[in-house]
Amino acid sequence: MIDVSPGSVDIREKLNAIHLNVFYGSFQAIKDASLKMAAKTVTALIGPSGCGKSTFLRALNRMHDLTPGARVEGEVTLDGQDIYAPDADPVVIRHRIGMVFQRPNPFPKTIYENVAYGPKIHGERDKATLDATVERSLRQAALWDEVKDRLNRSALDLSGGQQQRMCIARVLAVEPEVILMDEPASALDPIATSKIEDLIGELKKEFSVVIVTHSMQQAARISEYTAFFHLGEIIEFGTTTNIFTRPREKKTEDYITGRFG
Amino acid sequence: MSDVPKTDNRSHRQGIGEATQVVASLWFSVGKETLSVISLQAAKSHRNERIAVNVLRGAAVFVIFAIAVLIVYLAFEGTKTFSVDKFPVWKFLFSSDYDPGNNLGGSAVFITGTLLVTGFAIVVGGPFGIAVGVFLSEVAPARMAQILKPAIELLVGIPSVVYGWLGLTLLVPFLRTHTSSPSGFGLAAAGIVLSIMILPTVISLSEDAFRSLPVSLREGSMALGSTRWQMITGVLLPSASSGLTVALILGIARAIGEALAVQMVIGNSSQFPRGIFAPTASLTTEIVIDMGGAPQGSFQEHVLFSMALLLLLIAMALILLVRFALRGRG
Ligand SMILES: Nc1ncnc2c1ncn2[C@@H]1O[C@H](COP(=O)(O)OP(=O)(O)OP(=O)(O)O)[C@@H](O)[C@H]1O
Ligand SMILES: [Mg+2]
Repeated sequence: MIDVSPGSVDIREKLNAIHLNVFYGSFQAIKDASLKMAAKTVTALIGPSGCGKSTFLRALNRMHDLTPGARVEGEVTLDGQDIYAPDADPVVIRHRIGMVFQRPNPFPKTIYENVAYGPKIHGERDKATLDATVERSLRQAALWDEVKDRLNRSALDLSGGQQQRMCIARVLAVEPEVILMDEPASALDPIATSKIEDLIGELKKEFSVVIVTHSMQQAARISEYTAFFHLGEIIEFGTTTNIFTRPREKKTEDYITGRFG
Repeated sequence: MSDVPKTDNRSHRQGIGEATQVVASLWFSVGKETLSVISLQAAKSHRNERIAVNVLRGAAVFVIFAIAVLIVYLAFEGTKTFSVDKFPVWKFLFSSDYDPGNNLGGSAVFITGTLLVTGFAIVVGGPFGIAVGVFLSEVAPARMAQILKPAIELLVGIPSVVYGWLGLTLLVPFLRTHTSSPSGFGLAAAGIVLSIMILPTVISLSEDAFRSLPVSLREGSMALGSTRWQMITGVLLPSASSGLTVALILGIARAIGEALAVQMVIGNSSQFPRGIFAPTASLTTEIVIDMGGAPQGSFQEHVLFSMALLLLLIAMALILLVRFALRGRG
């Protein structure tokens, strides 16, 4: 029998959360969570609203540094190195671990400037290289054909789904090793959603993806591994197939069968 | 409109003690809408409401009337230079021959003075004020910002005579000993005093402009691996541009209308400044100095009115600019 208890699945991990606790003031939102996230695969985080999925995700690239009152304990390693080590630079970490947010957050700039922003801040000055990066990223995000004639228009004029794909392109442009996605399709229609799912399927060939989703079907379609969160704890972790067909925990089963409550 | 009726109900039940609340809620809803909502209520409150509405309408009409009278009066008196005295407008604007005793009303020196001191103030005080605004919003620890922000807003209330007095006792002697300026009075002294005077306005408004930017913009930038500095210059500054424009324009408005503090340190010499430390005069300072001695109905009085009218027109143009800048933001 395979052991699928949290943290003990045998995978070559890219990111590894070890005994992670996250506090907002005195409220503990994540309780002793350990999770290995494999290289070049998709790991889905599922669980009821408010269980701490976003909180966990944001701990993986030190986004909590920006939230007043938030505090993280424990370790998160990227290729074996602790990103919370005193000498770890959050700027470098976030360059290597990109993030796509639940709501699209385009900068009030042109589409081109949005996508070129990342490469520029990382020192790319050459116009031809930037052009190429912008095109490659937009193609990867399945947006190029829709926007290639209006790269110099404001990104705010795009539709919600287009904005979200542009935000994904913006992250791809800095070529991170890991991409964290917090319900990237929650505000999108089925067509845009399936485009993004296709995109994630492409992305895992090069990147490691950790994705929060509320949709069981989506988790089942796109992920190799799934972690089930409940009240700040990781209740169960395993291959997506196992989680959805042979859950070990009663809570997991209740949740995926929709009998939760 | 949604919460107005609620407020009204409560106010009626609690009586006159809550009168301020009635006033506040009515202030935003003078007009038919309020009346139609109120008409569903008891007759007594209906009557009270009507009276209150009419009192407020009266106050509004009075204020609008007063402002209109002021503008018409200024426009009437301010154009006499050109209509009664037949002094050409272009000479008023572009000639520097100013000798009202001999029917010469060329005000170019004062106009230039106003533009120069205001320009000085905004070029020095503007970037500095925006920088402090960025600091308070993005860099300073929350506690520090909480203390500093109200402190800076208090500075807006310092009377201009105090700024002028400090300029006179500290700045002018400093410039006298450390620069080529023989007296210390002049353009630079006025410009520096004004730079400091506009700082609270610019700081406070630019801080607001930054604070009103959504967290998602900051997170979006940081999640791409930007430094805080890159986030500020690359994302926040351009995103806040309309708010910052407003901060600068209102700074300019404050600088352009300031008379007393400028008059105390500018040197008040009716000539173009021969350098940044040389004395000159501005529209406001010239009005302050000459208005007492100008005989009623004289050419000199007319010219001073024309200067005042010009200031009014500039102020109105600035307000329009603010509206225009604000329209750009969502
Ligand atoms: N900035 C914050 N300050 C205080 N408490 C917070 C903060 N953000 C989240 N929380 C709390 O932490 C808990 C976990 O929130 P989190 O956003 O991680 O949940 P989630 O699983 O992502 O939920 P959802 O599916 O609705 O997005 C919740 O109880 C929430 O109220
Ligand atoms: Mg969430």
